[in-house]
Amino acid sequence: MKKIKNDGSFYVNPYLGGVMLGTVLLLSFYISGRGLGASGAVKNTVAATVNIVAPQHVEKSAYYCQFAGGDKEPMSNWLIYEVIGVLAGAFISGIIFNRLKFKVEHSPKITSRRRLIFALGGGVLFGFGTQLARGCTSGAALSGMAVLSFGGYITMIAIFGTAFVAAWVLRKNWI
Amino acid sequence: MIGPIISSGIISPAWDNIFAVLLGMGFGFALESSGFSSSRKIIGTFFGYDFVVVKVFFTAAIVASIGLLYLSYFGLVDFSQLYIQPTFLTSAIVGGIIMGIGFAMGGFCPGTSLAAIGVGRIDGLVFFGGMFMGVFLFSESFSLFENMFYSGSQGAKMINEAFGISPELFTFFLVLAAVGMFFGAAWVQKKVKKVEY
Repeated sequence: MKKIKNDGSFYVNPYLGGVMLGTVLLLSFYISGRGLGASGAVKNTVAATVNIVAPQHVEKSAYYCQFAGGDKEPMSNWLIYEVIGVLAGAFISGIIFNRLKFKVEHSPKITSRRRLIFALGGGVLFGFGTQLARGCTSGAALSGMAVLSFGGYITMIAIFGTAFVAAWVLRKNWI
Repeated sequence: MIGPIISSGIISPAWDNIFAVLLGMGFGFALESSGFSSSRKIIGTFFGYDFVVVKVFFTAAIVASIGLLYLSYFGLVDFSQLYIQPTFLTSAIVGGIIMGIGFAMGGFCPGTSLAAIGVGRIDGLVFFGGMFMGVFLFSESFSLFENMFYSGSQGAKMINEAFGISPELFTFFLVLAAVGMFFGAAWVQKKVKKVEY
């Protein structure tokens, strides 16, 4: 617990953080038989919303009908509850480590506006990619790696490999 | 108690959602306290000034993999009851590439953007909002991607099977690779110019 920053906030040692994260992931498999995720909650929320606005559209869609419509309850789902917990856990950590603050974090070389436009674009692409790959960095990659899933490793390598190249292309946004 | 304890009926399924909240809290706490609420800290991995992502991510993968192997070895977890991410090769690669571009643009992944929202980062909230749009776009254009979505199916294939070795041996190599990366990261970080963030 070092590296105290100018504003008085500090981070735990990354290896301790990793052990914490790995232990939570292990408990998740031991208790609920599944890994941790994040993008599944977005998928269910989208499917539930479309189901309210246009239920016939959900019935006809080969994708939505897997998650919503009929007697399915997309909002009463393990992942939805888990995501509520993630927000609460991060909030508690923010209190303890003195990081609660409304702000747009960005490199001093770019404007907040530019940062937010790229954050939005990144979110759109990431959201799209999660659906194609059946999960995100947590649900597909990390949780997949924990149970030695071949697909989990492939997705992890594809995400990080591409991000290395893309980050270099977009370096003016970051450094 | 043989896990997973919910599906084996030791604890009523009604508890599953309560555990979901508690596990989520642990997940969010681990992410935020490690620094995953900061996009500039996360993105440091790709420029070599902060390798927190590599350290936390691979430590977590090792801990969970070894933990599951031990639980399984002592008969404390029924591996066949666990959810194994199925392998659809084409969509895993193409989806991963799209996510990688989104990662470099947004500086977050879905889980870390939630951690950022939890401590009030507006960029995290905007990223998360964008995800809804991306998911909606995919769902609405599903018919265009349906073939790709289901192609290259290999079921719940394990990576050790792909190499023709035992799960234990694969995990041993994983640990070696991770430790190598940790030393490599420390070495690179010393060489790279510090970035204030």
